Amino acid sequence: MASETITSSEYIKHHLQNLTCNLSEAHIHCAHSAEEAKAMGFWALNVDTLLMSFLLGSIFLYFFSRAARAASAGVPNGLVNFVEWVIEFIDGSVRGSFTARNEMVAPLALTIFMWIFLMNLMDLMPIDFVGQVVQLFNPHMFFKIVPTTDPNATFGMSIAVFILVLYYSVKMKGLGGFIGELTLQPFGKFGLPANIFLEGVNLIAKPISLALRLFGNMYAGEMIFILIALMGGAWAGATIGSATLFGSQILLSLGWGIFHILIITLQAFIFMTLTIVYLDMAHQEHH
Amino acid sequence: MNINATLLAQAIMFILFVSFCMKFVWPPIMTALANRQKQIADGLAAADRGKHELELAAKKATQELHTAREKASEIIAQADKRASEIVDEAKGHAKVEGDRIVAGAKAEIDQEVNRAKEGLRQQVATLAVAGAEKILRREIDAKAHSEMLAAIASEL
Repeated sequence: MASETITSSEYIKHHLQNLTCNLSEAHIHCAHSAEEAKAMGFWALNVDTLLMSFLLGSIFLYFFSRAARAASAGVPNGLVNFVEWVIEFIDGSVRGSFTARNEMVAPLALTIFMWIFLMNLMDLMPIDFVGQVVQLFNPHMFFKIVPTTDPNATFGMSIAVFILVLYYSVKMKGLGGFIGELTLQPFGKFGLPANIFLEGVNLIAKPISLALRLFGNMYAGEMIFILIALMGGAWAGATIGSATLFGSQILLSLGWGIFHILIITLQAFIFMTLTIVYLDMAHQEHH
Repeated sequence: MNINATLLAQAIMFILFVSFCMKFVWPPIMTALANRQKQIADGLAAADRGKHELELAAKKATQELHTAREKASEIIAQADKRASEIVDEAKGHAKVEGDRIVAGAKAEIDQEVNRAKEGLRQQVATLAVAGAEKILRREIDAKAHSEMLAAIASEL
């Protein structure tokens, strides 16, 4: 809960601020405010985003590689069974929308799905919990535990996907073919400027829409959790109003949390499916 | 929420995770799944084959049973026939033997009778001759009529 000394807007700001540490200066220094973080410019790292995403990705890979080692043609145990279930689901999705042959796409889709799912899942942690624990060590420290509410994380992934899309477009169609695709359709060679504009927007929209959709959904969801948490934060002694707000917070966060389970899974699935579709388009000779 | 170098770090981390997944997670599990699929398919095929074989065996068993029963009844019939043959044969033997014994006995009886007849005839002849001798002693010359007497005696 927010302490009495900070206002609601400070509370919200506090929860939306990453732990940003600079890289460009001689000694590593972490920002104590949003302005300070902004002033650090590009050469800074959001340590909380990186730490959490690395941790969650490692958890995913640890359990899945353990299952991979244990997997055999015999009767699967609980973990292996679960992992196989996830993998068959991903494999089905990839077979459904990816028509070319590429060994990389299915593991890519699995990593995207599980990693984003786990990162989104952090949204269901009580929002003050980790922040309060971190502040026990350093009162100026920010800590956002949901990496997907940081646009850096979502753009990082979508740009990596975009690079793959460009790579396979050039590899499958040749540089000429790819440029031709950008410039010679849909209006033929005399509509060249219009073609470049339309296809360029089409191409650029892919990574941006991927990243912003995930970021927007998770950010908005996080914001609503924060707003719900403010209700109990308005506790002002044992009055009826405070008690009502407190009860509403519990009920609303329960309801929103349950609804959010759907959203986090859906967003992970959408990111994965769109990645598969974009890569499929990149592999096709003509579309 | 400003864009900074986190983006690059995140992209690199993402690529590393994907390549790890590509090497150590995806292939072994897919192999295991494929192997299990094959194993299950093999098992089902084996079960089918076993079922088929069982059916064949059952059919064969009934057939065998049937032939065995047929053979048994045939053997019994043969045995019956042989038994009656033996009985008939024995009967025939017994009849022939009986006839033979009866014939032997009859021949012996005939012989006995003939012998008795002969004896009786000789005795009667001797008696007749002796009686005739007594009656004709004086009149008949034994020497003169001995020829005639012998003829009579042989006729008696």
